[in-house]
Amino acid sequence: MIEIKKNRSILEIITFMVFILFLLPFFILVINSAKDSFSVTQYPMSLPENWGMVFVNIKSIWTNPNISYPSSFMTSIVVTVGSLVIINIFSSQAAWVLVRNNSKISKFIFLIFVAAMVIPFQIVMFPLLSWYRKIYEITGIKLLRTHWGLIFSYLGFGLSLSIFMFHGFIKSIPYELEEAATIDGCRKDQIFYQIISPLLSPIHATVLILNGIWIWNDYLLPLLILGKGNRVQTIPLAVANFAGAYVKQWDLILTAILMAIIPIIIFFLAAQKYIIKGMVAGSIKS
Amino acid sequence: MKKQKNSSFIFWLFLAPVLFTFIMVIIIPFFMGIFYSFTNWSSSARANFTLQWIGFTNFRTSLGDPTFLYSFLITTLYTVLNVVVINATALILALVVTSKLKLRNIYRVGFFIPNLIGGLVLGYIWQFIFNNALPAIGNAIPLLSGLANPENLILSKVGSSVAALVIVGTWQYAGYIMMIYIAAIEGVPESLFEAATIDGANEFQKFLKITVPMVAQAFTITMFLTLVQSFKQFDVNVSLTAGGPSAMFRNTPLFGTELLSLNIYNTAFIKNMLAEGQARAVIFFAVLVVVSVVQVTINKKKEVEM
Repeated sequence: MIEIKKNRSILEIITFMVFILFLLPFFILVINSAKDSFSVTQYPMSLPENWGMVFVNIKSIWTNPNISYPSSFMTSIVVTVGSLVIINIFSSQAAWVLVRNNSKISKFIFLIFVAAMVIPFQIVMFPLLSWYRKIYEITGIKLLRTHWGLIFSYLGFGLSLSIFMFHGFIKSIPYELEEAATIDGCRKDQIFYQIISPLLSPIHATVLILNGIWIWNDYLLPLLILGKGNRVQTIPLAVANFAGAYVKQWDLILTAILMAIIPIIIFFLAAQKYIIKGMVAGSIKS
Repeated sequence: MKKQKNSSFIFWLFLAPVLFTFIMVIIIPFFMGIFYSFTNWSSSARANFTLQWIGFTNFRTSLGDPTFLYSFLITTLYTVLNVVVINATALILALVVTSKLKLRNIYRVGFFIPNLIGGLVLGYIWQFIFNNALPAIGNAIPLLSGLANPENLILSKVGSSVAALVIVGTWQYAGYIMMIYIAAIEGVPESLFEAATIDGANEFQKFLKITVPMVAQAFTITMFLTLVQSFKQFDVNVSLTAGGPSAMFRNTPLFGTELLSLNIYNTAFIKNMLAEGQARAVIFFAVLVVVSVVQVTINKKKEVEM
């Protein structure tokens, strides 16, 4: 019995040390965001002499024209929120009709969506650019270098998994509910908006979180669609551009990173329970 | 009859936006991509340029290019290491935080947090750690003075750079995989463990005979996720090593840690060989499909055996 207790406290100590080690990179990030360019490279592991430096650095990132943090932040917000809203609306509608329609064509369409999940982004990325360019030449609709093009692309790349997840959830909703509504004279679209939609909030949350983390952090798609050095850029793009332009200016690079991370951490701590549940549910379904 | 018509109208109305987007963003570029890989497609809109069918030439030159072969080898190595290290770490963490530790809920959240942050940003943090923080530790602690030697910088050698990529990959992904294992472990009925305890099984036997078979289904998922994630790795590669340091392979100097995604990207945009980059993407796609089908099939078989 004493043996087990002793083992337990050893495990307790080891786990705590691993935990500290795990979070050490964040600690290093924070202490070095509060240093000037000299001490950040000379004494990266010591505590900052003056914590007030962190505000000086934040201010210089905020006003730096190369990173243009305020506008990058707004772009990231617009693109993420915009994509999430349309992905959720369109995918849930599509999944519902695919579940409730038993025809061959409906099964076939669903199968195509599922099969498309194995298509890696790498195989479509180059032709996508030239295709968007062609669309511009023919119709004058600008998809490259704009918010809209990026949001449209996220709908395209996000809908397979989203439809798949809504599909799984809607299947578990008893059909009798809809039959009863039909007898009461409900139209098809009314059934969806008034009866099914309110039941979908848990799966909406899951899909929002999964896609939200992906879109907020994504680098390659914005890099291709928006391009380097564009006025419109997302935060990961801005950080990459900045780190490229200010090589080894670690005080500023690390502060920029800190400012890129803070919004996600705040969001996470606020919605922690849903996020973990949602991400696990998502992985198990797929 | 009228109801039928209404129902089919709604069917197509609700599907129209996703079908349209799907065809525009995935289907058309996908087939364009396969077509282009057999042509002399080029990025610049040069005057009097005509697209020509050149058969398998792009595939042949790609497979004959040492940088592509090397990239394949290094990606395979990275993927294998990453899958093993991430899953081992995640499983251990999951076992630890499902035991009755005092701070287990805080641990779960802490281990999970790196997963929320994009690979690009993480890569820069770790670049700073490997290039600046570790040498500083070496300077401060005599026992670790080797770290301070510029020759021992982790990102200055190919082998240790790959290890660095695996470390960062694990740091980013282990917490997420851990959550999946936790869900699986917590799904195991307590009564099984009680019965085993009565029969005199020790902790290790219980782990091997109860936990492992019961979480076998989770293995299929976690292996698939880590495999695909590692094989497609781009962001961390760009920000942590940017492909460096250089290496020699078949008498050709090349980037020592250029994973496949980066190789495809560089072929198209840095070397300006768009068609060949596309051919590499097609090969990449084919390999990814084959490998993941094989992995899922094998794991499913194992699940049944257990």
